[in-house]
Amino acid sequence: MAKVTQLVHNYLRHSKRFPHVFCPGCGHGIVLGSLIRSIHSLGLAKDDVVLVAGIGCSGRIPVYVDFNTIHTTHGRALTFATGIKLANPRLKVIVIMGDGDALSIGGNHLIHAARRNIGVTALVLNNHIYGMTGGQSSCTTPMGSFSTTTPFGQLEEEFDISRVTKVCGASFVARTTVMQAKTMDSMISEAVLHPGFGLVEIISPCHTQYGRKNKFKSCVDMYKWLQKSSTPLEKFKEMSPEKQEKAIATGIFEKRDCEGLEEKYARMRRNLRGER
Amino acid sequence: MSKAIGLEVSLAIAEAVKQANVDVISAYPITPQTHIVEELSVYVANGELDAEYIPVESEHSAMSAAIGSSAAGARSYTATAAQGLAYMHETLFIASGMRLPIVMTVANRSLSAPISIWNDHSDIMAERDIGWVQLFGENGQEAYELSIMAFKIAEDHRVLLPVCVNIDGFILTHMIEPVTFIDQARIDEFLPPFKPALTLNPEKPVTMGPVGVPEVYTESRKQCEQALWRSHKVVREVFDEWYKKFDHEYKLIEKNGDLQGKTLFVTMGSQGETTMNAVENLQSQGESVGQVRIRLWRPFPREEFLEAIKGADRIIVIDRALSLGAYSGPVAQEILALLYSQEIRPRVYNIIAGLGGRDVTVNDFKEMYAQALKDSLDPNYTIWGVCSDAK
Repeated sequence: MAKVTQLVHNYLRHSKRFPHVFCPGCGHGIVLGSLIRSIHSLGLAKDDVVLVAGIGCSGRIPVYVDFNTIHTTHGRALTFATGIKLANPRLKVIVIMGDGDALSIGGNHLIHAARRNIGVTALVLNNHIYGMTGGQSSCTTPMGSFSTTTPFGQLEEEFDISRVTKVCGASFVARTTVMQAKTMDSMISEAVLHPGFGLVEIISPCHTQYGRKNKFKSCVDMYKWLQKSSTPLEKFKEMSPEKQEKAIATGIFEKRDCEGLEEKYARMRRNLRGER
Repeated sequence: MSKAIGLEVSLAIAEAVKQANVDVISAYPITPQTHIVEELSVYVANGELDAEYIPVESEHSAMSAAIGSSAAGARSYTATAAQGLAYMHETLFIASGMRLPIVMTVANRSLSAPISIWNDHSDIMAERDIGWVQLFGENGQEAYELSIMAFKIAEDHRVLLPVCVNIDGFILTHMIEPVTFIDQARIDEFLPPFKPALTLNPEKPVTMGPVGVPEVYTESRKQCEQALWRSHKVVREVFDEWYKKFDHEYKLIEKNGDLQGKTLFVTMGSQGETTMNAVENLQSQGESVGQVRIRLWRPFPREEFLEAIKGADRIIVIDRALSLGAYSGPVAQEILALLYSQEIRPRVYNIIAGLGGRDVTVNDFKEMYAQALKDSLDPNYTIWGVCSDAK
């Protein structure tokens, strides 16, 4: 077995039946691999890591890995995570959500987690669609694109996940695509180490529900599109607005030192108890 | 009437909603309901249905948007299941409290945890007391027809309450069944346009749902309750009219098998059709057995039910949900409470069967019958198919 495969295997739950539920060409498996590599490179003990998932395709990720995992309700993963982090700040709490999960039904919790700057890491796997329920438009379905509920094209503007999170006060915000696996590894590591709320938006293709309805002939076409359109932030800033329209800016959008809510809370408690 | 076509039941429900000519649909995807609203979004997009389709960001918003549109005088529809229904919870009371005749399909599904997308009635049983008229369909044709009748019941000025039509998730929603559609002209004749009693209107402003101080809150809740009781008669009238017009009979409480049966099964929803097979089978072996099917769950048709079980020695009440910490399932609780005031009471056996999509077969029902006859079932309730001596 290749070394990297062996590494992933060390973190999988062997009681689980494989293959996983992801469709052929889905990007979510790449994120799972990247998450494992990041955690491994940080040298974290499995028992110190908590994965919290919502509902949707991405919600299946924690099921396969041998950390503390909790599969919660649609949209509320961040609220469960907030409770976990405040109850035991020693734990590294990583929340895995889809775009519909994090921004639509759970949008309220995302903006408040960012505002509070609670020390959890959110990975938002953005595939631009509700994949699991059959390809309905979500609040991240790009304007003009097709879905089962927008058969003549989406009329609404989509959310820019990273931008929303940044303006809501998150202290670490980054975006990458599954085509940049190495970058993703380091971004996730950086987000996990970052004190306060960190969010990594990962563009992950869904050919089954999104691609096929939007002129991507194959999964490969979707990966080529990600490769072609993802543009490092510095380069993106120099582009003309027309070119920016078609590009996906990747990189770190926000990084500032700002202690997490759980640290402030611990300090307040020490002060009130007269401890040093 | 045209001839039957094979169609997924979800799509038949969507057709009913289209034929009811709704003005507003607000919905959020959730398995196993999604096909209904997906089909409706296509009708709206291609112009077949002149309505607003609001792809909201959660079920809470789906119900809230339906409340808003209904309050503005629009015929409003939504559909959901399980966690989605649970997430709507607080708004469901508001819909009935404001007396807004919204129609909703609930594709019954179990509640988390553990996560289950499969069928049982735990979602709707958690919403027994929301003040909605609650109907249960058993097959595709009924799902289609009840979805049309629901609007007529809801919008009757003696009622003006929301109605939910319960359809078993997957077992019905995803099943291809023969369904006969009714011509649009005849539907239009049956279902007149929605005439709201009060609407939000800048010319004649009203306030809906303001604070009910202790001096009026009880009265206001009682009014809501009275409307729900009044709906009992209206549901019967609508069923009768449907029978006259379309020659398909519906009753609040249906009965089949040996009508004078000494043992009666009590069922609700699609599982009742499996029970029917078991009942026929047992009858052919000379057993005195029948079946009572509850079609109207709220308001509970007390007199009709008591009449239906008259003369029975024992009834086997099948529940599709657990009422944790209680001494029977929710349907049995209802029936036991009702029987307490009766002088002659049958023995009541309660079986909780088919949770989270667990199959309950014809043989299972025959076994339940055999055990009831031997009086070997638990005096309170039995969770079918699970070995446990916990109680």
